[in-house]
Amino acid sequence: MSGGSDTRTEVAAAVEVRGLTKTFNIGRPNAADALVDIDLTIRSGEFVSLIGPSGCGKSTQLRLIANLLEPTTGQVLVNGKPARQARLDQDYGMAFQQAGLFEWRNVAKNVELPLELKGWNKERRRQRALEMLDLVKLPEFTEHLPWQLSGGMQQRVAIARALAAHPPLLLMDEPFGALDEMTREHMQSELLRICGETETTVVFVTHSIPEAVYLSTRVVVMSPRPGRIKTVVEVDLGSERDVDTREDPAFFRKVTEVREALRGMPMTDLDEAALEP
Amino acid sequence: MSSTFASGPSRRTRTSRSVLHALWPPVAFGIGFLALWELAVNVFDFQPYFLPPPSAIWEQFRENPQLIWNATKVSGLNALMGLLVGTALGVAMAFALGRFRLLNDLMTPLAIALNAVPIFVLVAVFNNMFSITSEVPRRLMVTLVVYFIVLVNVARGLREVGPTQLELMRSYAASQAAILRKVRVPNAVPYLFTALKISAPASVITAFVSEYFGGSQNGLGSRIVASIAISKNATAWAYVLGACLLGLTFYLVTLGLERVATPGGVAARQRGEA
Repeated sequence: MSGGSDTRTEVAAAVEVRGLTKTFNIGRPNAADALVDIDLTIRSGEFVSLIGPSGCGKSTQLRLIANLLEPTTGQVLVNGKPARQARLDQDYGMAFQQAGLFEWRNVAKNVELPLELKGWNKERRRQRALEMLDLVKLPEFTEHLPWQLSGGMQQRVAIARALAAHPPLLLMDEPFGALDEMTREHMQSELLRICGETETTVVFVTHSIPEAVYLSTRVVVMSPRPGRIKTVVEVDLGSERDVDTREDPAFFRKVTEVREALRGMPMTDLDEAALEP
Repeated sequence: MSSTFASGPSRRTRTSRSVLHALWPPVAFGIGFLALWELAVNVFDFQPYFLPPPSAIWEQFRENPQLIWNATKVSGLNALMGLLVGTALGVAMAFALGRFRLLNDLMTPLAIALNAVPIFVLVAVFNNMFSITSEVPRRLMVTLVVYFIVLVNVARGLREVGPTQLELMRSYAASQAAILRKVRVPNAVPYLFTALKISAPASVITAFVSEYFGGSQNGLGSRIVASIAISKNATAWAYVLGACLLGLTFYLVTLGLERVATPGGVAARQRGEA
């Protein structure tokens, strides 16, 4: 099943996944198909969520796009380049459930790390780090150490770091999964604002249906064992989304649509998904 | 994960107050203990060869500063040389283990096994290898003890890096050298200081005990034994006091170095991964 978009434009798609299959432990008795026959095209400027019960391979798919894993068969293109080349060119930024800040570096130095690896000079790095910390609204915390920040603040630093090199694509693996509900909703709005300002395309892995609907232009619903795309839900709530969006009947209709798409799956898997932190 | 945010100045006052708060119970306990000791010796009329009172020990300590200082210098220098060389070798080997997998598979079980054996008895063998007045066997012994403590801890620090941090570095297309320099080495620094906090006092202890296996009678360990042999018990205890102070000095210097080297790292470890 394809993302259903006209890929025949002159601009390369942000992400293009064709005939992707991933099998772990190939050739051994415990071989497992994590992903089968994945086709997905993500246009530039889209916000696409991958949702599904645990074991549906949504994190695996994100790591294949990031070239942190190699596909068994099929092809991944990022910005029209093979995924490996895109990784080498730092064409994407990445954020995980754990902020993964380096505790021996202060906040600004954490944001500077990807720029350091790109070989930027000190002045340029510092200037960009300050810009990014302004963007995530932490300008007064540049010299603080990670442990001095709350979980939500650490995640903001992680986003600032992921976007520091101004990559056109942001890959996020349940970045708000460890946050409390209030902080989480606030961070969702902040993420939409930041990605709007920077015109970043986002691929976002989540367990949460309202989160996926609130953030996305499209929600990719996946089913487990083996992981495949079950359906894609277009979310036409417009680009201006705020607290009122969460109470909009159209929002609830989309939540229901995604929930029903997920419900077609065996209940045990959904239970697992609900239990997973 | 800590969700508090402490600003600079208020944290400082809190720290000095908490230091005072943390300090008074052990100090009060120490003074109380010495008073009780002195009292017990008088009340039960212990003979000086059984247990001298703290006052007599202090008197011996005050009367023989030069002798105690000389013995302290000998043992202290042995401990220090062993500590420095052992740390250098341990760190070098930890890097080598990180680089060569086979070496790691060979060395790690050996290091763990040797850590469980009281290897300082080897000093008897070392004594046999060098001249009778040589300090080398003792220093070699300290080196060996320190080497394994440092090796095991630093190797772990280089190895045990958060999986998220490694994935991040891969996503930045970072080379192995960059990962080593920017992630593994800084990650290992707190582990190095953990090793040093164990091995600094251990180096002093090893230096003393090494003196029990023969060689020159010039260090604190041998002076303790020699004083007891001629029934100068209070003097022996005065040397013990010198030994305590030497071990404490080594530990405090390490603690100070740690404060300077890892202003944020230690705090972060105490609060769990950031």
